[in-house]
Amino acid sequence: MKRHLISAADLTRDDAVLILDTAEEMARVADRPIKKLPTLRGRTICNLFFEDSTRTRISFEAAEKRLSADVINFAAKGSSVSKGESLKDTAQTLEAMGVDAVVIRHGASGAPYRLANSGWIDAPVINAGDGTHQHPTQALLDAFTMRRRLVGRDAGLGKDLAGRRITIVGDVLHSRVARSNVDLLHTLGAEVTLVAPPTLVPVGVETWPCEVSYSLDEVLPKSDAVMMLRVQRERMNAAFFPTEREYSRRYGLDAARMARMPEHAIVMHPGPMVRGMEITAEVADSDRCTVVEQVANGVSVRMAVLYLLLGGSEPAVTAPSRTEETK
Amino acid sequence: MSKTLIRGAKVLGGEAQDVLIDGETISEVGTGLSADGATVVEAAGQVLLPGLVDLHTHLREPGREDSETVLTGTRAAASGGYTAVFAMANTFPVADTAGVVEQVYRLGKESGYCDVQPIGAVTIGLEGKKLSELGAMHESAARVTVFSDDGKCVDDAVIMRRALEYVKAFGGVIAQHAQEPRLTEGAQMNEGIVSAELGLGGWPAVAEESIIARDVLLAEHVGSRVHICHLSTAGSVEIVRWAKSRGIDVTAEVTPHHLLLTDELVRSYNPVYKVNPPLRTERDVMALREALADGTIDIVATDHAPHPHEDKDCEWAAAAMGMVGLETALSVVQQTMVETGLLDWAGVAERMSFAPARIGGLSHLHGRPVSAGEPANLTLVDTSYRGVVDPAGFASRSRNTPYEGRELPGRVTHTFLRGRTTVVDGKLA
Ligand SMILES: [Zn+2]
Repeated sequence: MKRHLISAADLTRDDAVLILDTAEEMARVADRPIKKLPTLRGRTICNLFFEDSTRTRISFEAAEKRLSADVINFAAKGSSVSKGESLKDTAQTLEAMGVDAVVIRHGASGAPYRLANSGWIDAPVINAGDGTHQHPTQALLDAFTMRRRLVGRDAGLGKDLAGRRITIVGDVLHSRVARSNVDLLHTLGAEVTLVAPPTLVPVGVETWPCEVSYSLDEVLPKSDAVMMLRVQRERMNAAFFPTEREYSRRYGLDAARMARMPEHAIVMHPGPMVRGMEITAEVADSDRCTVVEQVANGVSVRMAVLYLLLGGSEPAVTAPSRTEETK
Repeated sequence: MSKTLIRGAKVLGGEAQDVLIDGETISEVGTGLSADGATVVEAAGQVLLPGLVDLHTHLREPGREDSETVLTGTRAAASGGYTAVFAMANTFPVADTAGVVEQVYRLGKESGYCDVQPIGAVTIGLEGKKLSELGAMHESAARVTVFSDDGKCVDDAVIMRRALEYVKAFGGVIAQHAQEPRLTEGAQMNEGIVSAELGLGGWPAVAEESIIARDVLLAEHVGSRVHICHLSTAGSVEIVRWAKSRGIDVTAEVTPHHLLLTDELVRSYNPVYKVNPPLRTERDVMALREALADGTIDIVATDHAPHPHEDKDCEWAAAAMGMVGLETALSVVQQTMVETGLLDWAGVAERMSFAPARIGGLSHLHGRPVSAGEPANLTLVDTSYRGVVDPAGFASRSRNTPYEGRELPGRVTHTFLRGRTTVVDGKLA
């Protein structure tokens, strides 16, 4: 594995499977009364959030604390583009404080890449979402959720998603989740189809390892998982689509459409959902919808990533957990 | 009067000749000229060009003296072999009055490294709403003939039409920065395969091409002359080629960086590659080279755009757009146009000296033939030189070059401004 996790495209198939397998072990920890591992005791991780995202920050924080790391939360909201505290200044401050890893969320595409590659800081950098570029841990937790549901919790160990048909629906143009998922799912052998109005598909998509369709109804019957992306209402003001109603009629997932999916197929959403826009309440609350599981899986996957990036050659997760059990 | 003999230089890349400078003027060109009483510059193997003329320079003064001043910018120009530069109007305050253009003109005179010809803003404050006093700027001491809102596009079709018409009265020309503003809201890089992957706002080629298409048609309609700044796409080339074939009075420039670099470099997210118009694709680069060779594009202009370190040492979206270029332009042209066989040195002289002086109305002073009786504005180039670009050695106040660490050919050894050396043996005099 590389030293940083900036893009889902940085991961090989074996890297990704190792992360998913490790995450399964981490998930077992969550089922125990004491949910803590001593693995990262004495290590300091900074959650550097230039963009507000309570959900993602809490997920990383939970993962870090379960691994016994010391956590610094640094919210630099609003200062990304303004001439306040620059990314570089912040990075150098963290470097001076001796942090062992930085989890960064930033509104500007490429900010984590710059942080990792500009010599401003030495610690491993984990991208927690940058602009409309990448959100690799989201893609990993999505893949983890799919493998569990479509292959099986134990049966899935060591396996990828070969041959699974995954449909991603919505605002692909502005979505780091879509970009990360296309990269990772392709690496894991899945067949990805993007569905969106043409206005919300980027020019240049033709080189992506996936299919593009403008018709949700045609793709649904051939999907093992359907991932609905959040669509911001404001997009209609920039003429990406005429009205909210027309969008949800053509690209929203309601119960009637869900019924056209194969019986085993699941509905996913990275959250936060806009109910009534891309997804109806009925679908969101159905047991085929994995939104809540995705949140829980997010912690396990982030534990796995932190462990693998920071734990280095130390024993696998099971070893320290056994030690802990003897205490 | 001091005399200088440049001995054995290949004039415009042709036969080796001696050039004798007497005072401010070339007094003799020939072989075996007497060195009596003259300082001798041994130039065997080197190429002698007319002093280069840059139609598109940002000198930043007044207002952004932290990135460049007229003095540092003209020193950079001299280092790059230039004897005249046109200073863009997007300063603070904007060069939209006779007072500001005269100030820049005077600062240029004081610097002594390179002539500075101010460009006036087309509209007040570059806001695209009301015409600046174009006539007053033309009649000022600065004698402005080129007008541009560069940095911004004159996007209102009526304002553009009126500007094109109005400056005909005194032989002026509008230099358009072709960028349809609505199509480029939030734009960060060329829109295409790379922007799709990187998640950076796309800057479509059509945003440039649609304005150029409109403006050549406007120029035809009102019988005016229009100049297109930093043309960057294959489609723009096609439009200009079509316009010229129709007899429309259009000229166009290309920057050195658009002749060499592509949007693939943006994958590094290093803002040193962030520029307006953005770096395009390999296909565009090849089309631009071909167009510069066949005359569709008339000239090379640097769009020298200095920025302080902190404006580039940040994340891509927060970074300023632009690159310095005066000190590397000739080397990039040598690599992309001469060493590829697309242009000979006479062709370079046409595109970097004669034509820009003509377009800018400066050909009574610059872009003159290398012959007896002409002003001694000359550039001597060691074309066999190979060196790695080190911005620490730049004369410019800014270091935002995309070529750091890159090997480029050629080096300006001497620059003469009206007979006086501004560069000697590769160093500023
Ligand atoms: Zn411009």
